Amino acid sequence: MSVTVRIPTILRTYADGASELTVDPATQTVAGVIDALDAKAPGIGARILDDGGSLRRFVHVYIDDEDVRFLSGLDTATPERTVVSVVPAVAGG
Amino acid sequence: MTTLAPTATALPPVVEPADSLSVDEVRRYSRHLIIPDVGMSGQKRLKNARVLCIGAGGLGSPALMYLAAAGVGTLGILEFDTVDESNLQRQIIHGQSDVGRSKAESARDSIREINPYVNVVVHDERLASSNALRVLAGYDLIVDGTDNFATRYLVNDAGVLLGKPYVWGSIYRFEGQASVFWAEHGPCYRCLYPDPPPPGMVPSCAEGGVLGVLCASIGSIQVTEAIKLLTGIGQPLVGTLVVYDALALEYRRLKVRKDPNCAVCGDRPTVTELIDYELFCGAISTEAADAARDSTISVVQLDQWLTERERGERDFVLIDVREPGEYEIVAIPGSVLIPKGRFLDGTALGELPTDRQVVLYCKGGVRSAEALAVVKGAGYADAVHVGGGVVAWVTQIEPDKPTD
Ligand SMILES: [Zn+2]
Repeated sequence: MSVTVRIPTILRTYADGASELTVDPATQTVAGVIDALDAKAPGIGARILDDGGSLRRFVHVYIDDEDVRFLSGLDTATPERTVVSVVPAVAGG
Repeated sequence: MTTLAPTATALPPVVEPADSLSVDEVRRYSRHLIIPDVGMSGQKRLKNARVLCIGAGGLGSPALMYLAAAGVGTLGILEFDTVDESNLQRQIIHGQSDVGRSKAESARDSIREINPYVNVVVHDERLASSNALRVLAGYDLIVDGTDNFATRYLVNDAGVLLGKPYVWGSIYRFEGQASVFWAEHGPCYRCLYPDPPPPGMVPSCAEGGVLGVLCASIGSIQVTEAIKLLTGIGQPLVGTLVVYDALALEYRRLKVRKDPNCAVCGDRPTVTELIDYELFCGAISTEAADAARDSTISVVQLDQWLTERERGERDFVLIDVREPGEYEIVAIPGSVLIPKGRFLDGTALGELPTDRQVVLYCKGGVRSAEALAVVKGAGYADAVHVGGGVVAWVTQIEPDKPTD
């Protein structure tokens, strides 16, 4: 079951410049999606998760328009056709 | 991403209306006055409003110009920088003849030309924990046009402590974000991003670039929100993050919730006064600082080393760790390019010579210090980096070259 992941500009270097990637996670959760994403775009996982495997505090993962932090975090389910967005802090002005 | 109907409700106007508009003001603002939602009362509120714009750069330029044109009565400009030629690609409040001038003064002059009825207050200073509360206290609303995390956390915290709405925007390359943080009515910036990224992980516009017109896309959202808040019309972006992608020409609305554990606006705040934001955001990582200690050479020294290398008296490889676009504009002669990211992910290490000393540089010395930490960690004990980077090189060695 495939899930679309929106890649923010600052992380597109890991994804050959792609603005979105479609992944087929082994488990249908946010953690599974990040795993599958890292397999397609090596290195991107470490920008989203810290060394302990938790979401970094300056990066958000949204399921549709909802922050997974306020759902079930990395265990949040990602059914077919979910759109997952990665939204990192940027400071440019 | 689905587009949602706005969930936030209208908030009461931030300011009371001024007593009256002059005949000239009525003529000037007629296109506002005939919009029923704005009308005489909304325009009088704008006249009475005091808005502080922090930064007169990329976002501050369009923001200040439209706030001025809209008739905001008092506009504060907080900016300490001077106009550089590389600003003019996007900082449209400044012109060619302003290069070298104070940005605050240049912006003030442009505003006077756009609308002489605006009272402009120039704060030609750097925002710091020591002056933020004093400066922000004189305003009804804050528009953020800064370019670094430390100032953004500082403005947020000061805004929360003073109860001021904070209209926030941020840009990078083709992508922007905007929101309104107002702890009395919704989340603050720390609710959204509790901690800043470690230094060096997120590139700035100076490193990664920015499409000039993106400043207008995000700056105009900020002004729209400011006007809505000041006059009490529409649904403000409180509790909503807008993410704009110029390449897809798409706006997405994402929910931002108030975090009960927020350090500054939560139930049990731990930040009850302004802190040291440079320390909080870490200007340079400890690893980089450690690596650079006793392993930093000056541009004068580098110049001498390059001469010695030409004579065959010295051998080393000079590596520029900036991005290709920056390297194209200006570089130190005799250097090769390996961007910093390739040191951080380890792929650059295989390309380094083992029989020669490694010398690293970047724009100002921060990125090269981070790369130096990696190189030294890989066993290159005699590796060094160039303090002050290419900016110092141009200033001291080759003044005819551009700096960025
Ligand atoms: Zn908060």
